Amino acid sequence: MSLLEVAGLTTAFKTRRGEITAIEDVSFTLAERQILGIVGESGSGKSVTALTIMGLLPNPPARIASGEVRFDGTVLTRLSDARMQKIRGSGIAMVFQEPMTSLNPVFTIGEQLMETLRAHERLSPKAQRERAIEMLTRVGIPSAALRLGDYPHQLSGGQRQRVMIAIALACRPRLLIADEPTTALDVTVQAQILDLLLDLRDEFGMAIIIITHNMGVIAQTADRVLVMYAGRIVEEARIGALFDRPLHPYTRGLLECVPSLEQDKARLAAIPGTLPDPASRPRGCRYAPRCALRIEACTAAIPALLGIQGEHAAACIRATPS
Amino acid sequence: MSALIEATALEKHFAFGEGRLLSRRSGRLRAVDGVSLRIAHGETLGLVGESGCGKSTLGRLLIRLIEPTAGAIFFEGEEITRRPTKALREKRRAMQIIFQDPYGALNPRMRVEDIIMEPLLIHGAKSDGPTRQKVSEMLNLVGLPRHARDRFPHEFSGGQRQRIGIARALVLRPKLVVCDEPVSALDVSVQAQIVNLLQDLQGELRLTYLFIAHDLSVVKHISNRVAVMYLGKIVEVAEKRELYAKPLHPYTQALIAAVPVAHPGNRASARAARARVSGDVPSALHPPAGCRFHTRCPYVMTICRAEEPKITEPRAGHEVACHLVGSS
Amino acid sequence: MTPSESKIEAQELGHEEAPTQRRRPFLVTIGRLLHHRLFLTGLCLFGVIVLAAAFAPLLAPEDPNRLAMRLKFLPPSAEHPFGTDNFGRSQWSRVIYGAQLSIAIGLAVVALNAVFGTLIGALAGYFRRLDNPVMRVNDALMAFPAIFLALGITAVLGPSTIDVVIALAVAYIPRTARIVRASVIVLREMEYVQAAVAAGAGHWRILRHHILPNAMAPLVVQLSFLFAYAVLSEATLSFLGLGAVPPTPTWGNIMAQGRQYMTEAPWIITVPGVALMITVLGLNLLGDGLRDVLDPRLRVQQ
Repeated sequence: MSLLEVAGLTTAFKTRRGEITAIEDVSFTLAERQILGIVGESGSGKSVTALTIMGLLPNPPARIASGEVRFDGTVLTRLSDARMQKIRGSGIAMVFQEPMTSLNPVFTIGEQLMETLRAHERLSPKAQRERAIEMLTRVGIPSAALRLGDYPHQLSGGQRQRVMIAIALACRPRLLIADEPTTALDVTVQAQILDLLLDLRDEFGMAIIIITHNMGVIAQTADRVLVMYAGRIVEEARIGALFDRPLHPYTRGLLECVPSLEQDKARLAAIPGTLPDPASRPRGCRYAPRCALRIEACTAAIPALLGIQGEHAAACIRATPS
Repeated sequence: MSALIEATALEKHFAFGEGRLLSRRSGRLRAVDGVSLRIAHGETLGLVGESGCGKSTLGRLLIRLIEPTAGAIFFEGEEITRRPTKALREKRRAMQIIFQDPYGALNPRMRVEDIIMEPLLIHGAKSDGPTRQKVSEMLNLVGLPRHARDRFPHEFSGGQRQRIGIARALVLRPKLVVCDEPVSALDVSVQAQIVNLLQDLQGELRLTYLFIAHDLSVVKHISNRVAVMYLGKIVEVAEKRELYAKPLHPYTQALIAAVPVAHPGNRASARAARARVSGDVPSALHPPAGCRFHTRCPYVMTICRAEEPKITEPRAGHEVACHLVGSS
Repeated sequence: MTPSESKIEAQELGHEEAPTQRRRPFLVTIGRLLHHRLFLTGLCLFGVIVLAAAFAPLLAPEDPNRLAMRLKFLPPSAEHPFGTDNFGRSQWSRVIYGAQLSIAIGLAVVALNAVFGTLIGALAGYFRRLDNPVMRVNDALMAFPAIFLALGITAVLGPSTIDVVIALAVAYIPRTARIVRASVIVLREMEYVQAAVAAGAGHWRILRHHILPNAMAPLVVQLSFLFAYAVLSEATLSFLGLGAVPPTPTWGNIMAQGRQYMTEAPWIITVPGVALMITVLGLNLLGDGLRDVLDPRLRVQQ
């Protein structure tokens, strides 16, 4: 059985310009220990997907218009706030992009780590301290016992993100959601944090959803990938298949438009046009206005996400098995 | 090749102090600390480094947006380091800048036409037909429709705003353009458009670029030569193929190894390559003594902790500041 | 690919579906204000007072200073809507003419603040060298409460309306300057300002085109609150006998007078009190509305 099942999830926001759907009909499953990458640009809905799963979107303005999230057999979208609170942390934990604002500046990192432990487990103060030190050591904070009394501002950006990961993993969640965990970090630190996440998955055996706009981060970490565009999943595949045989023209565009260190290109294959405004999305396939393969039928209806080759699915009427 | 712009021993220190009345505790942030570089006519020099390494400060120093603490800047052979603002105005035409944040770079209360026209007005043009014609030409050049003129910045997407910023920078027909992370705030699918545009414009208008970025792949794509900065110093400069194929400084090696792989198949090998450099960039307020990279360097020797390495040129056109290279 | 293709990349699909708002930012702001309920309430409350002051001769044909001892202490009636005071003067006329003075003083204080506060704040914020000296003097002035400053000035010049304006202006200009300075310091570092410097723009041009227009939003908000403080302070001062000299009617001196007859003729003190309350409440709602709409950091999604 899958650890996480998301079925037909649609989340809408009330805005000045009426109700806008941030994500539409998002469905996927995640197995234990698996790393799922969700890749997309701004407005793709990748972060809203994560926040909806976590039940962290304020209502209003956000509202789950349809669909459900099932975690380990429990339907999260129907849980009370109090029960959802229990799941967050011990069942599902989350790491955010900006490690400075995710930590409370007036408490030491030790206090914040132990508070999370206390909220979910009964431990003596001494045991809490030991666990905190153990976690900090595990995420790569040197001389952890001495750093427990440090305030967030005394740490570098990379160390703060390590502390955030330690807090997220303190109660051994079965699923970790990392929303752009390395976007605010420098390249050398980004590599360290991604390696750390991979190691922790092997050690703790949790599943990870990693959300990013960077195909490189996906290539580095994910087992399976969802590609999102303008609120919908446009392609779903195992990592190797996605990079070797991308089916959706958008995925191909994303892979081709970035320069790579390994090969020189005289010119980048840019995707023309701009990302659609969520309030006025194009009719039919949302990528159609920017797509080189567009035909008239593309704008008639939103294409369904269909399995093309085994587990490899794409929402494109022009995608065919190669 | 003659240099369009050249800097020698350039320094920029920011003084910071707290509680000036009671305790005179103050320090200096050496954002740029003794940098020499030259950019030839028509070339693109890439400048890479992590946050806080001083790359943006260096870019702004070169075009005199901020005043250097020490050192000299020569533009087309003329020293412009201490030239007073008024006398600098003519030179300013030839040196422009493109910013990272497409939102903060455009005055929200000005129409696009006024934004692009402003540099012309500053340099004595009248707000009349020919000037407006020039604005239309610029819009066309950067790929924006004519009717963009009458709109306000908030009506455009990030990529389109960046095009407006480029039009403003190029309307004076500069020779040197400092591109300060021009694509890092943009969506991936839009980045390539702007990179291509910058390349096209370079060809059409014979521009010279200083291209500042933290993304090594983009820098490699667009540059002729690449300089690597670490904590206020340039640690390595070389022609791009040379630099990426045979990086000499351990920091450059670490940076290249840290770039995420382009294909999942290379995961394991990439990881093995980068396993040795650890830790974060130290604070620029208290940079390590000796070689600034010694705290993270896998090959650190005693001399690295004590003595700052001098720039050497082990191969023609390939400069590096590292004791490993100096001693061999 | 040919060089021109990078242009087509943008244009091609360009912006046929043009963004919905094709309007000047100014008009967008006005539109938002007109949809802001609290702002509209404030506008109505304050508008009533302003209109009353503007059309005082029409609304209150009776001379506010005409004595008629036989008519004293008349309660509100059709003939004297707000009753009469201890000298038989029409309260209706006195309160309406009092509004004139309140609004005039408020406007004068706001205008002085807008000019000098902006000037001082802009100079201190823009020219780093001026910042420290100017702001220290500013801080010293801020340490004086408006009332004490007014007491001091009145002691020197004798009580008059001008004193009140000077006292309030001197007391509040430093605060306004501080607010302007704060936004100028932020704006000075904006990249569009840097771009103007790079293009060779002079200080005057940068201040006029790039900094001041963008510093206006917090200033306008501040000035609307300041208007309320000025009206309130003027009332306080004239209540204490420091403002305009009787018989000139001001809300403050009417209330001071009415205090003695609170039991026999409660309307004398109540009516100007209510007028004062309406003005201050109206201006505060107006200010809150402006802040919601103009200051994005505090904007609440509705």
